[in-house]
Amino acid sequence: MSAETRIANPVRPAFDTTLREDSVIVSIGPSHPATHGTIQIFTELDGEKVVRADVHCGYLHRGFEKECEDHTWHNLIPYVDRLNYCSALINDFAYCDAVEQMMGVAITPRCKYLRTLLSEYSRLADHLTCIAASLMELGAMTAFLYLVMLRDWIYEHLADLTGARVTYTYGRIGGLARDLPDGWLTRLDEILGKYEEFVDRVHGLMDRNRIFIDRTRDVGVISPTEAVNWGYTGPILRSTGVARDLRKDTPYLAYAELDFEVPVGIKGDNYDRYYVRMREMDESVHMIRQLVAMLPDGPVSVDDRRCTLPDKKLVYTEIESLINHFKLIMEGPQVPAGEIYVAHESANGELGFYLVSTGGGTPWKVHVRAPSFVHMGGAHRMLEGYQLADIIPTFGSINMIGGECDR
Amino acid sequence: MSDVLARVQGELAPMAQGASMSHGILVLPIARDSLVPVVRRLKSDFQFDLFLDVTAVDWPGEPLRFEVVHHFYSTRHFVRVRVKTRVAEQDPTVDSLVSLYDSARYMERECHDMYGIGFRGNPDLRPILLYEGFVGHPLRKDYPKQKEQPLVPYREGEK
Repeated sequence: MSAETRIANPVRPAFDTTLREDSVIVSIGPSHPATHGTIQIFTELDGEKVVRADVHCGYLHRGFEKECEDHTWHNLIPYVDRLNYCSALINDFAYCDAVEQMMGVAITPRCKYLRTLLSEYSRLADHLTCIAASLMELGAMTAFLYLVMLRDWIYEHLADLTGARVTYTYGRIGGLARDLPDGWLTRLDEILGKYEEFVDRVHGLMDRNRIFIDRTRDVGVISPTEAVNWGYTGPILRSTGVARDLRKDTPYLAYAELDFEVPVGIKGDNYDRYYVRMREMDESVHMIRQLVAMLPDGPVSVDDRRCTLPDKKLVYTEIESLINHFKLIMEGPQVPAGEIYVAHESANGELGFYLVSTGGGTPWKVHVRAPSFVHMGGAHRMLEGYQLADIIPTFGSINMIGGECDR
Repeated sequence: MSDVLARVQGELAPMAQGASMSHGILVLPIARDSLVPVVRRLKSDFQFDLFLDVTAVDWPGEPLRFEVVHHFYSTRHFVRVRVKTRVAEQDPTVDSLVSLYDSARYMERECHDMYGIGFRGNPDLRPILLYEGFVGHPLRKDYPKQKEQPLVPYREGEK
């Protein structure tokens, strides 16, 4: 290849000389078959031991925030879905919550409980994906298939509700796209029953499994102080023993009315991160059952012409509704000038939306505080000092999701 | 307003240019030189131990064009503080917070990528979401959305 057409290296490693005479620098990724995510890790290896690591994300950057500045508040919901695509509904609801607070819109009771229920259901799907993938990477194929089977039932079940398996675009400013279809809650109960059956089997296969313990216990350890210092939130922070959970600490949606525990780990290693997620799923199931019992009747969207589209029948028969529909689609919901930061406890930790409006139908700025991105900043702390092969389970237990990491 | 935020407001307002509540978050607009002193006090005296986020807002045409926005959370008191610093286009730099929070290392890199904000004291401002050699700062309002800078040249007939 001639010099003119050679492709420049997109990444400059933090180090290109070794600290020790006999160590080597190895670049892992960006498309390594064992890391589920496009990420590059420069490592200095002393034999099999990782001396230093420099973690690079950004290979999937697609300009989410720039694109949002060119869409109406409503039209960017599909983009929000594509942040953490393992639990897209949580992104939807956090974003809608932020816009609703700016507009002073109060959602209906049914919407509040449904959003809570679906957030927990998404957390379940997200944790199932994370645990399944990390177990599979350690060779536990049976456990992987059990968990992914559950996840697939959840995906199909969510497709019945939203029309899509992964990226749902189900949240609306002021409510939800549609109410539950007939029989949805019955199927939900069946799936939760299956969940208990199969997660029990996974506990039986993994918890006291010598190989699994050897690969995960005391590997990728992070201390509570260090975790906070590096900005960790969510299951990783809780695995160190810090019981911080926004659902408990600053309850939003219907969390204040629910009975649930915040599971924590002891050592902050890979085993604890596995176990904290397993226990969190149990708590989510417990919450979903309470929410089904609490779910009130009524509309799922607020009756507010500033954000909710008028009934289709009225759009075709009444000029006011036609204009209302047209204005909401073409100009977007009018959000008063101001700024807001709203955070929800997503499956990976604090998912925050910082929105700035200058008044009008299009945001001036949309910024996401994405847990995955922040977690990558301190990832080298969990890799250094361990074996090369430990990168895979540790990286799996961090659960980096490219969509929200790179935006 | 929570007691902690009232105390923060009482004690830090003299270092800030006013203080106000916005959707449950205490907002402290401050001068550039007070950033590190204010944040140090937030961390040591009021337990704002979690550095959540840093980003910027571009206001083209204004004398101090960029507004650098920091968010902090206290894992003890469960409250948030937003610190806002205005900087001019000619010298868009603020002091880095890496001496107080290690999480600032990565997040400041992103803000540097996207807005070209300099963080004095951050030893590692290599591109993180963008690539080496990318020209410009894409989240600035004067960066055209459709502009392309492909690293891999398009083949004949593409584009």
